[in-house]
Amino acid sequence: MTPVLELTGITKQFPGVLANDHIDLKLEKGEILALLGENGAGKSTLMNILYGLYQPDSGTIFVNGKQIDVHSSIDAIRAGIGMVHQHFMLIPVFTVTDNVMLGEESLVLGDFLDRKTAAARIRKISEQYNLDVDPNAMVGDLPVGVQQRVEIIKLLYRDASILIFDEPTAVLTPQEADELFKIMRSLSEQGKSIIFITHKLREVLEYSDRIMVIRRGKVIGETTPSDADQEKLAEMMVGRAVNLNQDKKKAQKGEIVLQAKDLVVADSTKKITVHSITFTLYSGEILGIAGVQGNGQTELEEAVTGMRDFESGEIQISGKVIRKIKPREFVEAGGAHVPEDRQRDGLILSFPVEDNLMLCTYYKPPFSINGILDRKEIRRNAQTLISEFDVRTPSPLTDVGTLSGGNQQKVIVARELSRNNRLIVASQPTRGLDVGSIEYIHGQLLKKRDEGCGILLISSELDEIMELSDRILVMYKGEAIVTVDADAVSKSEIGLYMAGISQQRIPGSSETAAEKSSMGE
Amino acid sequence: MMKTKPVYLKHAVSPRDRIMGFVFLILGLFVLLVFNKNFSSETITTFAMTPGGISRGVMTDWLIQTNRTLWICGILLFLIGIYQFIFGFGHRSNLILVLVSLIFVFSFIVYVAANKMLNLAGLLASALAMAVPIILGGFCGILCERAGVVNIAIEGMMLMGAMLGSVVGSATKNIWFGLAAAMLGGGILALVHAWLSIKYKINQIVSGTVINIFSTGMTSYISSMYLQDFPNLNKTPRFPSVAIPGLADIPFIGPIIFDNSLFVYGMFLLLILLQFGLFKTRWGLRLRAVGEHPKAADTLGINVFKTRYMAVILGGLLAGFAGAYFSLGSVGRFDEGMTSGKGFIGLAAMIFGNWIPFRTMLAGILFGFADSLSSSVSILGSSIPGQFINMLPYLVTIIVLAGVVGSSSGPAASGTPYEKE
Repeated sequence: MTPVLELTGITKQFPGVLANDHIDLKLEKGEILALLGENGAGKSTLMNILYGLYQPDSGTIFVNGKQIDVHSSIDAIRAGIGMVHQHFMLIPVFTVTDNVMLGEESLVLGDFLDRKTAAARIRKISEQYNLDVDPNAMVGDLPVGVQQRVEIIKLLYRDASILIFDEPTAVLTPQEADELFKIMRSLSEQGKSIIFITHKLREVLEYSDRIMVIRRGKVIGETTPSDADQEKLAEMMVGRAVNLNQDKKKAQKGEIVLQAKDLVVADSTKKITVHSITFTLYSGEILGIAGVQGNGQTELEEAVTGMRDFESGEIQISGKVIRKIKPREFVEAGGAHVPEDRQRDGLILSFPVEDNLMLCTYYKPPFSINGILDRKEIRRNAQTLISEFDVRTPSPLTDVGTLSGGNQQKVIVARELSRNNRLIVASQPTRGLDVGSIEYIHGQLLKKRDEGCGILLISSELDEIMELSDRILVMYKGEAIVTVDADAVSKSEIGLYMAGISQQRIPGSSETAAEKSSMGE
Repeated sequence: MMKTKPVYLKHAVSPRDRIMGFVFLILGLFVLLVFNKNFSSETITTFAMTPGGISRGVMTDWLIQTNRTLWICGILLFLIGIYQFIFGFGHRSNLILVLVSLIFVFSFIVYVAANKMLNLAGLLASALAMAVPIILGGFCGILCERAGVVNIAIEGMMLMGAMLGSVVGSATKNIWFGLAAAMLGGGILALVHAWLSIKYKINQIVSGTVINIFSTGMTSYISSMYLQDFPNLNKTPRFPSVAIPGLADIPFIGPIIFDNSLFVYGMFLLLILLQFGLFKTRWGLRLRAVGEHPKAADTLGINVFKTRYMAVILGGLLAGFAGAYFSLGSVGRFDEGMTSGKGFIGLAAMIFGNWIPFRTMLAGILFGFADSLSSSVSILGSSIPGQFINMLPYLVTIIVLAGVVGSSSGPAASGTPYEKE
């Protein structure tokens, strides 16, 4: 049988980088192929070539055995290829119907839009493929997971038979990701062929039919989930053995560095999202805050670091009671903050790396003397940190926004951990990063712990929480439903707590426990 | 699963609501204490209900007791203020704000015209006339910004249109040639703006400013060098008022709306075309998509550059049409700087109207009303210094933009050039 899609010898040279080096790829009908590789390995370039956004230097594309030329995304759409971009191509102020039919409008009376017919078609598609969406909803009001469904419907509306997903889970909560993979499976069962790009090992092993690994623009190898495991895939991806499980010494707990008492925090719509939380963080330990995204962790993080006022309760940093804290006071009290949204709260994207590396203390010596910046010192600081934290940047003067996600995160980690701090608040520190960077950042956090820092680790990745934490606090609907020692609890138990099932009510059934444990991916 | 209801903090009245309530209270007191000072209960305010010189759709004069009306208006404002201050009107605040403004303005004209006669119909008719260029300018802004190009050169395009309309109209003695030349002038300047900001990705504010400066300079130069010496080149026929049979005979409304020149009818026609075009047709859907998320539109096969060129040039033709109103529709000649900032007020109307044609028209009428009120009041001769009265339209603009609009947001990609990878 001819493959639905075949790429042969695709090569693409960017200035200074050979992004794709004679890549061959075959996709069979009804298959889910995972394209695995680190950030910058050339996966997205390959897919952008296939989708007509880039032109290859050489190589050919066959669809159903016929060679096609793809000069623009329209050519790709005509050939039945559709792409769900990592950053959605949706217009928030348009309805689902308008978004879906844009470019392929149903019309009446000449140029008037026939929204009814289009909406009916969308309903039909959403029933056929189990993509629950209200055609009349405004896209901007929908949760990210549903927006992604709209993107998929957009492709199906154009009768795409080959679907490309670019890092589809990067923006999703674990539940939404589970839901997405169910949808992908149902699509493949109905004859659609799927390529999904990712760097998350677990997804690949659980949900793909076949795995292709790319490193530095070359195909490294192919395997199937039954023949591979995480270690093997990580090694293929990175090119060296990766330590997926950090060696962890026993925590040496010291004095209290952070204490929250009956903390109540409201979000920007004045809804109370943190209900009277109390916890204590000691020096030399990592306290993991586990929980499904959106259970108040973000507001807790913001309240502790001074980015948001809290309504009532008390925060103590190193024994000092703070009623109203500002980010600068947090920094001055010895706090470091790795924020959840690194591009919004952690960096100034249009500033060079060297300026971003001194953002918290720019107003103090050595960076600033009598209100004048000392450029030499700033450069020296940047050079030290860039080499110490292995930030891959062309120069200290490169805008931080042009770096890859992993390197952006390294800039933040370098800035925050290089200060002499007692307290680190790290929220989703490895979200969207590849295994190499995750390994590195985990190592740095553990190193700081061993040096006597108290670390508050907020993460919705259960694996990360289990691996790094000494104690775990599980948040559910704004409440701390349990605080336990990490050694005394299993992953499946934490999974149950995350679903809101409290201690007394944990059922003995091991089956449900195993099912819930997969929530952390 | 545990089910808990979301808990909200209690913040019934926002500080903004309180400030608004406070302002309403002051307005109420102002009406009671300042306007309603020296009137006896016999004082009468007379409103003429037919514009001057019109014999169709006549309505008899409206006489009201000044003293009692001001009492009612003042107390009403006072009560609304108290309610707003204590409870707040929530999502109806803007509606209440409009209501309060109407009551206050009404009290004001009742006060000014006490013992005198004010032509209310004339006031409204001239408000509509004054609003036409503002609204057309706003429509030009909507077309451009909805497609993602900021156009602050509307003023310059209008000025160029006004001049070319007058010159060509005078030279050919044909108003239609004049109108065509005016629109073409606006269109060509728009082409330049599109070319600079879409192709060369020059900052759109800079490009717009350049066009405004060029236009002001060029029209002044031509006016003082040639039009002064050859007055025949600046004496154009005007578009006459055309009464629409039947409709023009409706009392009060007829003479105000249905006895006007081409420009007023054209404005209403454009309103309908734009309102439906933007939101009900493929043309509008694609235009708005390009202004919101050009990359998304591009991946679906919509030509972003072509769409933007089309929108900006259409906008330019509209601005030229608005410019023609000044020379061909109003005075029959060109004067230096005769657009007097109407293009900019048009932009304010666009923002106030949230980039929606119908609301932009209402905003334009509000600004036009402020304009015509200031001239009527200065004719009546009140005790308020003329300078303050002339400030009225601009004061309204500032209050509206600062107070009401506040959080409105335009098309997401407006002002950002699109770069294809």
